[in-house]
Amino acid sequence: MSAFFGEHGGFILASYAAALVVISGLVARAVVEHRLRRRELERLEAKGVRRRSETAA
Amino acid sequence: MLRYANPANFLRLARVGIPLAGGLSALLFAVGLWLVFARSPADYQQGETVRIMYIHVPAAWLGMASYSLMALSALGTLVWRHPLADVSAKALAPIGAAFTLLCLVTGSLWGKPMWGTWWVWDARLTSVLVLFLMYAGIMALWNAFEDPARAGRAVAVLTLVGFVNIPIVKFSVDWWNTLHQPASVIRLDGPTIHPSMLTPLLVMAFAFTALLLALHMMGMRNEILARRIRALGLTAARGEEAAE
Repeated sequence: MSAFFGEHGGFILASYAAALVVISGLVARAVVEHRLRRRELERLEAKGVRRRSETAA
Repeated sequence: MLRYANPANFLRLARVGIPLAGGLSALLFAVGLWLVFARSPADYQQGETVRIMYIHVPAAWLGMASYSLMALSALGTLVWRHPLADVSAKALAPIGAAFTLLCLVTGSLWGKPMWGTWWVWDARLTSVLVLFLMYAGIMALWNAFEDPARAGRAVAVLTLVGFVNIPIVKFSVDWWNTLHQPASVIRLDGPTIHPSMLTPLLVMAFAFTALLLALHMMGMRNEILARRIRALGLTAARGEEAAE
């Protein structure tokens, strides 16, 4: 790294690596949570559970 | 605004808005990173370490912007009783916490080679740490209640009380003598930073903002689904009780 960014290349690389970890963590969490919740919702609906507003209609 | 107060309408909006904001963010990150690493110069004093600024500063801005949006959502919960206000606030807390943590980590990684230390208890660094702790407290409070509506009201009060820290973070470098440098972009007399560095910084800031928008919509969508699951679970439990 020092060839590209001088003597402090490690600090620059570590900063961008931290950003990559945080951003990919946030995106992965949102995507996985969405899949799990959709699956749970489909499971409940397959059991015939409906919201009161839907059963009344 | 009121048109999207209905969760079903919001979910329809999110179906279009999430890929749009996500795509825009990816495009801006590609352009921004090219500007950062191929076009922007090293600083005459800080050398190459100035490149840390292009993620540290947007992360700091978004840490504060997320909290300000949470405070606006808190008003929506307490004053206007907007049905999606606490959904918005709950979705923002982990995102704001993550950006604030990124700000602290990259600040530390920038501070070590420039100041010779990872951390000092000066007003700017300490107030940002307090901001991170506020996010942690708010997330803990969300998880302390079974009923999301009750949690929403308690969190809204705490969020509004904690908002006092946002101007402290912003003006800490003006009010106190800090090791952290004063503002160089958002100033009354205009930015003091050279355009060759300001342009990549602004492109990266817009990339982070579009990412925040996409993540916020994703988080709100997930929270709406969680509340539907909770409502269906309660209906199923009541049905089983009635059958017995």
